[in-house]
Amino acid sequence: MTAALTTLPTAFEAVKVDYSAVAPMLVVVAAALIGVLVEAFAPRTQRHAIQVGLALVALVASFAVLVLVSVDHRTVTVGGSLAIDGPALFLQGTLLIFAILGVLTMSERFGGRSADAFTPMGAATPGSPAESAADRAGFATSEAFPLTMFAVFGMLMFVAANDLITMFVALEVLSLPLYVLTGLARRRRLLSQEASLKYFLLGAFSSAFFLFGAALLYGYAGSSDLVRIAQAISTADGAYEGLLLPGVVLVLIGLLFKVGAVPFHSWTPDAYQGAPTPVTGFMAAATKLAAFGAILRLAYVGVEGSRLEWRLGVAAIAVLTMVVGAVLSVTQTDIKRLLAYSSIAHAGFILVGVLAFDVTGVTGVMFYLAAYGLATIAAFAIVFLVRSGGSEATHLSQWAGLGRKHPVIAGIFALLLLAFAGIPLTSGFTAKFAAFAPAISHGGLAGIIMVVVGVLASAVTAFVYFRLIVLMYFTEPTGDDVVALTPSIASTIAITVGALGTVILGVIPGPILDLAGRVSQFIQ
Amino acid sequence: MSGLPLLTLMLVVPLVGAAVIWLLPNASSRLSKPIALGVSLLTLALALLAWARFDSGSSDRYQLTETHSWIPQFGVSYALGVDGIALSLIVMAAILTPICLLAAWNDLGEDADPKREKTYFALMLVLLTFMVGVFAARDVFLFYVFFEAMLIPVYFLIGLFGGPRRQYAAVKFILFSLVGGLIMLVAVIALYFQGPGGEQGFLYEALEGAVGGSTATQRWLFLGFFIAFAIKAPMWPVHTWLPDAASESRPATAVLLVGVLDKVGTFGMLRFCLGFFPEASKWATPVVLTLAVISVIYGALLAIGSRDIMRLIAFTSISHFGFIVMGIFAMTTTAGGGSALYMINHGFSTAGLFLLAGFLISRHGSQRIADYGGWQRVTPVLAGTFLVSGLSSLALPGLSSYVSEFLVLAGTFQRYKWVAAIATIGIVLAALYILLTYQRVFTGPRPEFAADRTPRDLGVREKVVVAPIIASFLLLGFFPKPVLDLVNPAVEQTLKIVGVTDPAPSHPTNVATGSDK
Repeated sequence: MTAALTTLPTAFEAVKVDYSAVAPMLVVVAAALIGVLVEAFAPRTQRHAIQVGLALVALVASFAVLVLVSVDHRTVTVGGSLAIDGPALFLQGTLLIFAILGVLTMSERFGGRSADAFTPMGAATPGSPAESAADRAGFATSEAFPLTMFAVFGMLMFVAANDLITMFVALEVLSLPLYVLTGLARRRRLLSQEASLKYFLLGAFSSAFFLFGAALLYGYAGSSDLVRIAQAISTADGAYEGLLLPGVVLVLIGLLFKVGAVPFHSWTPDAYQGAPTPVTGFMAAATKLAAFGAILRLAYVGVEGSRLEWRLGVAAIAVLTMVVGAVLSVTQTDIKRLLAYSSIAHAGFILVGVLAFDVTGVTGVMFYLAAYGLATIAAFAIVFLVRSGGSEATHLSQWAGLGRKHPVIAGIFALLLLAFAGIPLTSGFTAKFAAFAPAISHGGLAGIIMVVVGVLASAVTAFVYFRLIVLMYFTEPTGDDVVALTPSIASTIAITVGALGTVILGVIPGPILDLAGRVSQFIQ
Repeated sequence: MSGLPLLTLMLVVPLVGAAVIWLLPNASSRLSKPIALGVSLLTLALALLAWARFDSGSSDRYQLTETHSWIPQFGVSYALGVDGIALSLIVMAAILTPICLLAAWNDLGEDADPKREKTYFALMLVLLTFMVGVFAARDVFLFYVFFEAMLIPVYFLIGLFGGPRRQYAAVKFILFSLVGGLIMLVAVIALYFQGPGGEQGFLYEALEGAVGGSTATQRWLFLGFFIAFAIKAPMWPVHTWLPDAASESRPATAVLLVGVLDKVGTFGMLRFCLGFFPEASKWATPVVLTLAVISVIYGALLAIGSRDIMRLIAFTSISHFGFIVMGIFAMTTTAGGGSALYMINHGFSTAGLFLLAGFLISRHGSQRIADYGGWQRVTPVLAGTFLVSGLSSLALPGLSSYVSEFLVLAGTFQRYKWVAAIATIGIVLAALYILLTYQRVFTGPRPEFAADRTPRDLGVREKVVVAPIIASFLLLGFFPKPVLDLVNPAVEQTLKIVGVTDPAPSHPTNVATGSDK
């Protein structure tokens, strides 16, 4: 322990901060704080407009700062706890785009006074007089937008966290708002609250794993800094060797929970189903991206030196994730749960790319995350539009014949499903190729086995998606009360961007692949 | 080559046509048929122009080439180019598409939903693009893209416009194809890393004869490709999707599916399996030939036992695909050239059978053979043309399939005498299934119809559909030289890569030129 203690500074010193590098995060967190003030002081009738406008302006500004300023400030800053390097910038930029699209879908009002997705009063007992009174009085949970901004801030920090403590703080900052958002659905309140509670309990549990693992790694390396941990592994003297593997495993469990890898996936279907649908889309795309960003950094910067000890275990998790996600998606009857299980399977596919341990693997994973996120946000935005008698028609049987009644909506959804299935000329195919190719070339036999399992799992999930297409196009509509609402401009933009991105990343993926390839080197 | 990028044009023209049809206002959906036909004829003209530009004497294997960088990060180029085999298949696809469009003219009835009508004909044109693309690709990745993408229009053509069990058939079709395709995807990715790599590492020229890796790796890669192609072709025991898909789809779809798309399987075996993995191909030959012979016999037996006329034709195709695969893996120039020719001939004879069966079914509304009998007395022209198509299918001398079947058997006999001997049983069985079907459907006493419901014989449109098909039987039967001249150099080049020479001839090997028959 003495060796560890000597590495600590003797007194607290103010750390140097490269403000240009972290400016995108500051913009977002500032907007979140202002959003809280808006909630306190702005008149109720104007809050929705102010909050949405504020969030969008901040996100766009943050993106602009990122692209114009931060790209030239690739550095490790804030005392080594944040690494603003290529992967961090790419993932942050993608996150901001997801956040913009997410806020656009969350702002959907369908002509009402407040966001259609959110309950007028989260604290009211479902079905109680207080709830209906709140609705009549024009209450609205417009705090959903600042909450989202806090989550985005946490995510931006998560993908750049170069230190286990920072990573943990980021994890909590991104998770807590999401737990709350999950419980705010306007309809099926009980389901939403149940989902929120489950998500919170299991999330807290996984945070504990992460923290315990971080503590063990600190004990091993004498520092929570990923670079120091890497140095400790490379100069291993065997003193605390017993702490390393348990530490890595526990930290990985905490992170794998967030991406929904089997066997840490059980929250996914419930949370996806219960959360307000636009939140589900945002959460599915952005949380997955942020968590994989953290996994990449941990695996490639921090504990790569010991990868032979844990790689096989994670490979087993990847295989399990693909198989379980694919097989269970076959039995789903609710579209949100179906997409949840499909997201589990996708997490497995992405893990295959992570385990390649090569820069091309980083490229592939980042491309996959971008492609998957765009398609996912658009898909959930469409799910949000399909209604039956005022509530969302999420049962699969209600989607029968949708292609006849709403050819455009169903057509875009079919396109997104084809992308999920990995059909060529969609982003899904390029992404799978980008993630699987490094696994074959650098992953050895385990990599090839994972890819074979991956393509077979893809075939299973493809069956699910094609069955859905069959349902939309080849089946006669059952009830006439299922309609797709006309989206507002905001939702239309989100869906259009998602669909266009899906096509562009499928047909001309060159530029984005090139970009991802150029920035896939971590600062060590 | 100079001037027009012909192959790209052939990809773009049908696609533009499809877009135009889709964008038609519903009120003028009637126009979708003539537009589709016109576009397909324009594509045919381009295909013939490509044929005219193609120089089969040239030492360049791939001609009419176009190469542009597409995804350099993956080593992918947008590269087109054809050898003789690919060109002949493209021309066949371009000839069959207008024929099929014309045959499908009234598929949807007079008062069809305008949206459905537009979708039907637009999908056919999209399919034409993918059919051209899959044969014209000169980059493995691009090939794979077309290989998978062409499933989508077929899926919708079966699923939206097929028979009563269309959903089952469509899903079965797509699942079989996807499983094969995804296994192939693994092999495609791995192939790149065994090849020379680089920004054009997926080009055929870069890979042919240049795939490295251990013997075991090559064999695995071979299997990855072969399984996909065997499903596509289809061979026993992965053929079960074909009868369902063919019997549940419209005759025109069935023609394009069985006649053209399934050729991708045999085409791929010849080009990829033999061209990229020569050693592994030799290693696998005994098994492949066994499967091929089983397909020949088993397909024929199933055809004889079939009660449904569309399924019957599908089963005959399985038998014929067995012959084609046999010819490819016999690895003699005679058999290889025969197989390449067989692909063309089979396309036309299957088209004849499917379309005429379709005309028959449209008159009586049943696919069951037992529901017919004596129709020769009602529809003599239909009966006669069906018989000719059937005779071509059973390889009657003078009709096209005879030449190719003979070449395949003779070429196989040079190296594998027993295989060829057993496969000849398939010819006997072919006579059975064709003639028995003709007997059951067309001979016998004249069936009774209500006075005003007597079926009419082939109309003008239907005759126009059948005429070019029958003409192809005779033309390719008596004068196969142009096509053989086109395909033989490509076959020879492939076999040179494989590194086999024909067994010492006990008779002249120039049988393959075909001119002396």
